[in-house]
Amino acid sequence: MKPGKDIFGWRGKYIDIDLNAGFYEVKEHFADVLLKFLGGRGLAGHYLRNTIRLGWDDPRTPLLFFTGPLVDTPSPTSGRMTIMSKSPLTGTIGDSSVGGTFGTNLKRAGFDGIIIRGCSQFLCGVEINDGGIHIIDASRLEWLETGPCFSALAGKGSVAVIGPAAENGVLFSNIMVDRRHAAGRNGLGLVMASKNLKYITVSGTRKTRVFDPEKLKKANEDVFRLTAASPFISGKFGISRFGTGALYDLMDSRGMTPTDNFKKSKFSSAREMNAFAYKKRYGSGRTGCSGCHIRCKHIDRMGNSLPEFETMSHFSALLLNRDIGIVAEANRICNETGMDTISAAATLSCYAEISGKTLSGRNIISLLTDIAKGQGEGIELGRGSARYAESKGRSETAMTVKGQELSAYDPRGAYGMALAFAVSTRGACHLRAYPISHEILRKPVATDRFSFAGKARIIKIAEDLNAAADSLTACKFVFMAASLEEYAGVFSAVTGVETSARDLFEIGERICYNERIMNFANGFDAADDILPDRFFRKDADDSGQTARPIDKDAFLKTLENYRRVRGLTGSGRPDPETAKKLDLTLIPDNTKHG
Amino acid sequence: MDNLFQHYEQKLAESGIAETGATLMGVLDADLEWNRMDPLCKKLTPLFDCLTINSLLLIVPAEPYRSIIRFLAETSHGPIQPQDCETRTFLHDIPVCRDLNPAAISSCLQIRKGVVTPDYGIVTHGSVSIEQAFVSCSSICFASFVKFFSDYLSLAASGGLTGPHRRLFEKVWGLIDPMPEMDSTLLEGPFQTEFEVRTAMMEAGSATVKKRLVDSYFGNISYCCDEVLYISQTGSSLDDLEHCIDPCPLDESSCASMTASSELPAHFEVIKQTGARAILHGHPKFAVILSMDCRIADCPIKGECYRKCDRDRSVCGVPIVPGEVGSGPYGLCNTIPKALTGKSGVIVYGHGVFTSGDTDFNDPFRRLLEIENGCRREYLKRVEE
Repeated sequence: MKPGKDIFGWRGKYIDIDLNAGFYEVKEHFADVLLKFLGGRGLAGHYLRNTIRLGWDDPRTPLLFFTGPLVDTPSPTSGRMTIMSKSPLTGTIGDSSVGGTFGTNLKRAGFDGIIIRGCSQFLCGVEINDGGIHIIDASRLEWLETGPCFSALAGKGSVAVIGPAAENGVLFSNIMVDRRHAAGRNGLGLVMASKNLKYITVSGTRKTRVFDPEKLKKANEDVFRLTAASPFISGKFGISRFGTGALYDLMDSRGMTPTDNFKKSKFSSAREMNAFAYKKRYGSGRTGCSGCHIRCKHIDRMGNSLPEFETMSHFSALLLNRDIGIVAEANRICNETGMDTISAAATLSCYAEISGKTLSGRNIISLLTDIAKGQGEGIELGRGSARYAESKGRSETAMTVKGQELSAYDPRGAYGMALAFAVSTRGACHLRAYPISHEILRKPVATDRFSFAGKARIIKIAEDLNAAADSLTACKFVFMAASLEEYAGVFSAVTGVETSARDLFEIGERICYNERIMNFANGFDAADDILPDRFFRKDADDSGQTARPIDKDAFLKTLENYRRVRGLTGSGRPDPETAKKLDLTLIPDNTKHG
Repeated sequence: MDNLFQHYEQKLAESGIAETGATLMGVLDADLEWNRMDPLCKKLTPLFDCLTINSLLLIVPAEPYRSIIRFLAETSHGPIQPQDCETRTFLHDIPVCRDLNPAAISSCLQIRKGVVTPDYGIVTHGSVSIEQAFVSCSSICFASFVKFFSDYLSLAASGGLTGPHRRLFEKVWGLIDPMPEMDSTLLEGPFQTEFEVRTAMMEAGSATVKKRLVDSYFGNISYCCDEVLYISQTGSSLDDLEHCIDPCPLDESSCASMTASSELPAHFEVIKQTGARAILHGHPKFAVILSMDCRIADCPIKGECYRKCDRDRSVCGVPIVPGEVGSGPYGLCNTIPKALTGKSGVIVYGHGVFTSGDTDFNDPFRRLLEIENGCRREYLKRVEE
């Protein structure tokens, strides 16, 4: 498959900005790059790999914003893009799929992506529109929270901005997009801050061309039909009606709510803090990303974002907080200051365990504020739970993988999830493989959540699928209903490149393997693919509120199987033959966690 | 792994889909395992290298599916294109391969969930579990059956039948299951406790599967008790509901039942609008076939009748309504409740039958049988006419 000169879907160009020199170039992709990596996460990974052994704060380390070929077309759920760099939090590759309208505007401005290198001598913003690319003095926005920044930049199109948390060095700081959408996990906000870059705006008016609009209409109908039939997406209790918070009750009913820093798996106040309770108290407005019919983002009567599932769960059960108002306020603070809610809440729960106290609502708000402002205890907490716990000699209390905090699924309640957390290339991440789809949501079919049987290959396949989704780009949620079979039709209609589901899986596999290669170049190997010991231990707690521990031997055996299926050596080293098969090369040498 | 293989061999046999002893199942995690050694394993093994799958299923269809699928494969001149809901939603179409050549099979399975070969049978796959392969196989059999009889009725009406086609029809008609009868009464309601509700649902679900009124798991069942609607989970087998019933509070105060059947919105509305307590949904084949028998030429919504038909249609006195699975603008929740008001059964175009009752599952189950048997008699009458 090859895109012709007359390109559809992609724009074929990206912007390469050097903030050291205040200079930019518009570049064209090499011919085969688009077909090898698609876009989004795949393309960003491709352009990151040559600098992956540099430090995250080295000016030569790029910060990448990449969209995919489906963005700015009528393809379902295609409004997303990936932001990527090296993660300050984990030292692995760091990436985030983010919604909003940034990707769509970038395509309309004529580009598939932006690469930002160097470090500006002054706090700056980058403004991109049909007319050109401008580097602007942003000193008037220094230390400003994200809300006022969005207001100040209104009218300039889509906006990506960092808040004071990033400017204060928080290792889990976000980049916020279009006010409501967080490019979370991994601390990408801090990379942006290290470049003295406060914001990027982009607007464009040139619509992306579609190869066969009629064929696309038909392919879209297949996807819409499946999403309408999906209980998770469109059902009476699905995310379209209740937002991702709909998962809150379900997870608790399955004994998978991380409670009291993962010491328990059920939260006695769950019924009072569920999505229904938020709806009653705050209203039930809906919004969503550009190009998405699911519209899972829920807003209150004033138009403010309501907490997503992960935020609802970690700022309640994980901290034993029973006040919805505190959850909503914590969510607001994280969004305004630009912090990842999962890592923020999990770091506070680690702090609570080490200090031996239950945090009050006031403690939670005050500590969050201290983290964002880089003051008091917030300075240490802003480095994340792994570093904080280590500094206190209590590493066992940090519920992290590769230094990143686990999200709101207790892995003891779903063994595929346990494996997926461990092997994720960006540290603990539920979205890389999202086995909740079959272990809990029964899609495409149900699997035994308390069994490792078959899970090594299932997780590998799901990782490949989601890597392709992040690169097309499409929302991962749509794959709870549709499959790459339907999206191959969408992709072919948009680009004119005849493609099968199998082709897309292979590209997904290449993207994942490229990430493995980059991580290994920085010293990450099999020893890093492990869960905190708490999940393997029979806890002293006898309340009946804690899930059974995972059998460590069975887990390690499944990890071994995963490495075989993924084409890694026993020690987790990428294999030259597998790399060659995927048309990749290895990166020589490695230093442990460089 | 042996237990897994036995489980699916038994399911395939009980549902009347596959010839016993002829099924091949391969499951790959780090290593590949087959349910038995067979020369065909060698032919099928390369498929695991060229597809992103973890399971593969090859069945020799049992009669009458074998004859039907062979006929459709030989006459389709390309993929078989049934018009029922299962095909439209999940299969899209059914590719045909002339033999078991791995390259040819692989190219079909790269784009579809299953493929048929006239001489070998049906090959399907899964990327999560062998259950996917079983479901696709069952769907292909169901869709092929519906297409064969729908096409035959249509040709009979237009005078386009040939001698061999007639003879095949007669042979196949003689091979289909006898008309299902109600052997004994089910538990009597109204049910007062959750335990009673679950027990009654499991019993009625099993009876529905036993009478082959539903293929694989494509049915659902619910009962309302004490302001809670108990409903089978999405993707659950009606004959294996023990841990697969979700309680949904009618006030919608908990989303724990997010895993409920995709037909929950329709069940919910039926309960609210008709006052019924028990609802049963199956896919009896002749009701589905007759729901698609429409002779209106040049209909302006041709091709979209499954969701847009607004004519008053019925068969054997049972209303036929359009509607798609779930809750979209054309969702069944918009058409079924109205049709079930004052009636105890409704047929959904190309999809299946919903029946309801006021106290327990006796009436819905009996009605499901009556509708299917009535439709089968009516089908033959229309063919003979």
